[in-house]
Amino acid sequence: MSPPLVEVSAISRSYSMRSGMFGRSAAVHAVDGVSLTIRRGETLGLVGESGSGKSTTGRIVLGLEPPDRGGVKFDGKPMAAPGTREWRAQRVRMQMIFQDPLGALDRRLPVAAQIREPLDIHGLGTPAEREERLRELLRAVELTQAHGARYPGALSGGQRQRIVLARALATKPDFLVCDEPVSALDVSIQAQVVNLLADLQAQLSLTLMFISHDLRVVRQISTTVAVMYLGRIVELGSADDLFARPEHPYTQALVSASPAPGRRSAGRIVLAGDPPNPAARPIGCAFHPRCPRAIARCASEVPVLSAVGGDRQVACHLVTGPQAETRDAA
Amino acid sequence: MPPLVSIQGLSVAFNGMPVLRGVDLTLQKGEALGLVGESGSGKSVTWLAALGLLPRHAQVSGSVRLDGRDILGAPAAELDQVRGGRVAMIFQDPASALNPVLTIRKQLCESLALHRDLSGEAVKAEARRLLDLVGIPDAARRLSAYPHEFSGGQVQRIMIAMALAGNPDLLVADEPTTALDATIQAQILELLASVRREMGMAMVLISHDLGVVAENCDRVAVMYAGRIVEEAPANQLFADPVHPYAQGLIGALPPLDGPRRRLTAIPGTVPDPAMMPSGCAFAPRCALATEQCTPAAPSLAPIADGRTVACVRAETARRALLGVAAE
Ligand SMILES: Nc1ncnc2c1ncn2[C@@H]1O[C@H](COP(=O)(O)OP(=O)(O)OP(=O)(O)O)[C@@H](O)[C@H]1O
Ligand SMILES: Nc1ncnc2c1ncn2[C@@H]1O[C@H](COP(=O)(O)OP(=O)(O)O)[C@@H](O)[C@H]1O
Ligand code: SF4
Ligand code: SF4
Ligand SMILES: [Mg+2]
Ligand SMILES: [Mg+2]
Repeated sequence: MSPPLVEVSAISRSYSMRSGMFGRSAAVHAVDGVSLTIRRGETLGLVGESGSGKSTTGRIVLGLEPPDRGGVKFDGKPMAAPGTREWRAQRVRMQMIFQDPLGALDRRLPVAAQIREPLDIHGLGTPAEREERLRELLRAVELTQAHGARYPGALSGGQRQRIVLARALATKPDFLVCDEPVSALDVSIQAQVVNLLADLQAQLSLTLMFISHDLRVVRQISTTVAVMYLGRIVELGSADDLFARPEHPYTQALVSASPAPGRRSAGRIVLAGDPPNPAARPIGCAFHPRCPRAIARCASEVPVLSAVGGDRQVACHLVTGPQAETRDAA
Repeated sequence: MPPLVSIQGLSVAFNGMPVLRGVDLTLQKGEALGLVGESGSGKSVTWLAALGLLPRHAQVSGSVRLDGRDILGAPAAELDQVRGGRVAMIFQDPASALNPVLTIRKQLCESLALHRDLSGEAVKAEARRLLDLVGIPDAARRLSAYPHEFSGGQVQRIMIAMALAGNPDLLVADEPTTALDATIQAQILELLASVRREMGMAMVLISHDLGVVAENCDRVAVMYAGRIVEEAPANQLFADPVHPYAQGLIGALPPLDGPRRRLTAIPGTVPDPAMMPSGCAFAPRCALATEQCTPAAPSLAPIADGRTVACVRAETARRALLGVAAE
C-alpha cells in the first residue's frame, strides 16, 4: 500500500451565522472532528447533501482556511501558516477545481493566458518553456491551440472545465481537490471529463479528493469514499462496496434515493422530515430525527466513527454500539 | 381511446433560429411520459410552446391538440382556462414561480377561485386540504406563512399543491427536483407518484436525470437538437436503446454497483443551433455515421410495438448494440 500523502486529523470549523434581521447569532458547525487519510495516487470521494461540510473540508485540507481545531499534514509535514514561503511551496503542489468553470475563469482573457497564469505567478521556467508547457497542457486535456486562443464564453461547459483542469495541472501538482467538477455538465460531457480525469490521474500519479453529491460519479473515480452528514463523517469505506453494502442508515437512504434505470422505486427508503439544518444540529446522532431505525440512545449520545471489519468505518449505535454486539452474540 | 394530448410537427424558432424542428408526441390519459436530453435540446421549449407560454418573438408552428381541440394559437382567454386548469406546470426554479410578498393561502386561493367552482369557506378548506395532501405539516397554521419561510423541498411541495388546485388532467413537471438534495428529491418524486395514483392524472416529467425518468415514467422520449430521436417504454429504452445517442447517454452513466467499467463518453458537443448540420444532427458525434446520414434528417419511424427511432441505421445500431457483427 502506498504511503499517505494527506493526513487530516480531527479538524473542526464553525462559523457564526445570524438568523433573521434581529436574530441572535448561532454557531454553524460546518465541520466537526473530521479525520481522513489519502494515500498517494488514490482518490478519496466525499459525498453528502448540501451543507454537510464537503467544501469546507476541501478548503481546510488545501490550507485555504485554517481549522479551529485539528490539523492537516501534507507529505508528512504540517501545513505551513498561510502566506509564508513554505506555504507557497506546499501550495504549488496542491490545486483546487470548482464546480462552475465559467466563474473560475476570467471572461476577458483568452483561456491560454489563464492556463499559463500559475506558471507566470510562480515564475516557473523560461517564457519559451512556459509556451511549451501550455501546448503540452492543452494536449493533455484533449484541446487544440485554437481552443486556447478563445475566450471562455466561446467554449462549451465541458471545454471550459478542461481549461480549468489544464490550469490546475500547470504547476505539476501532486494533489488536486475537485469540488463538484462535473455537476454542472450534461451526462455525455460528464463522462468525457470523468474519463479524462481518470486518465490524467494514472499518467501523472495524481492524488485526488473528489467532492460530489452524485454517488455514481464518486464511485466511478474513487478508491475510498467518505459519507458526510452535518459536518461529520458517518461512513467510510472502499468505493467498490460502500454503495453495494451500505451499513449506516443515512448511506442506505442515500443509495436508495439514487435513481437507477432498470429498477422501479419499489422498496425505496423515503426519509421523513426536512433537510438537515447546519445551524440547528440535533444533539446525539445528528441524523436521529430522520432515521428510520433510531433508538432511545440516538437522541443523547453521539455515535463515534469506528472500524466494523474490513476497511469499513461506521458511526451508528446500531452498527457499533453494545446493541450491535448483543445482537451478534444472540 | 383518443389521446389526451397530441403534438404534431411542433416547431419553434427564435429570431429565425430554429430550436424545435418538428416534434411529434402523444400522451394518453393517466400516462407518465419522460422527456430526457442534453441541456438546450428543447425539452422545456416543447411544453412552453404547447401551452402558449413563449415570448412573442418566438415563431411557433405545428399543432397541439388537447382532447382533439387545437390549442396552438387559441385565444388568450381559452388558454388561460387550460393552463392551471386542465394542464398544470411546475417549473425548474420553484422559488421564482411563487410570489414572495403573498401568503401561501392567498396564492392557493387565487388559483382555486380561478379554476374551480368554489367560494368562501370552501376555498379555504380546499387550500388546507391541498397543503395537507402534499405533506406540509401543520397545514392550517402554515397557510398564513410566506414562501421564504419554507425549505426548498417544501416550496416544491407548495408548487405541486398550486398545480393541483385546478384538478388538472395533465401535470407538466420541468426538472421538479433538480435543485434538491437526493433524499428530498426522493420525497418529492414519491409525492408525485402518489398524487398521480390518487387523481389518475397524466404527467410529463422533464429531466436530464435518466434514472429519475426511468423510475417514474411509463414511456420515455429522448430529445436531441430540437427533435425526438427515440421513444420507447421506459424499461425497454434502458435495457435496449437503439438510437446511437440514446445508447451513448446510457453508456455514459456510471454504474452504482457491480464492476466498474470505463464510461463510454459521446465525443464532441451538441451542435450550435446556428450551425446545425444538414441531415442527422447527431452525425458529427456518431460512431455509426455514414454518407447515408447526411442528405436528409431521418424521421421518427416505428421499429416495434410502441417504439420509434429516428436513425437511418437503426437496424445496424441495434445489431452493434447486441454485439452482432454489423452487415
Ligand atoms: N426566450 C428565448 N429566446 C431565445 N432562445 C431561447 C429562448 N428560450 C429557449 N431558447 C433556446 O431554445 C433551445 C431549447 O431550450 P430549452 O430551454 O427548451 O432547453 P432544455 O432542453 O430544457 O435545457 P435545460 O435542460 O438547460 O433546461 C436552446 O437553444 C435555448 O437557448
Ligand atoms: N464563510 C462562511 N460563513 C458562514 N457559514 C459558512 C461559510 N462557509 C460555509 N458555511 C456553512 O457551513 C456549512 C457547510 O458548508 P459547505 O462545506 O460549503 O457545504 P457543502 O459543500 O457540503 O454544500 C453550511 O451550512 C454553510 O452555510
Ligand atoms: S446512531 Fe441511531 S439515529 Fe444515528 S444512524 Fe444509527 S440508528 Fe440512526
Ligand atoms: S442517422 Fe446516422 S448519424 Fe444519425 S444517429 Fe443514425 S447512424 Fe448516427
Ligand atoms: Mg459545496
Ligand atoms: Mg429546461
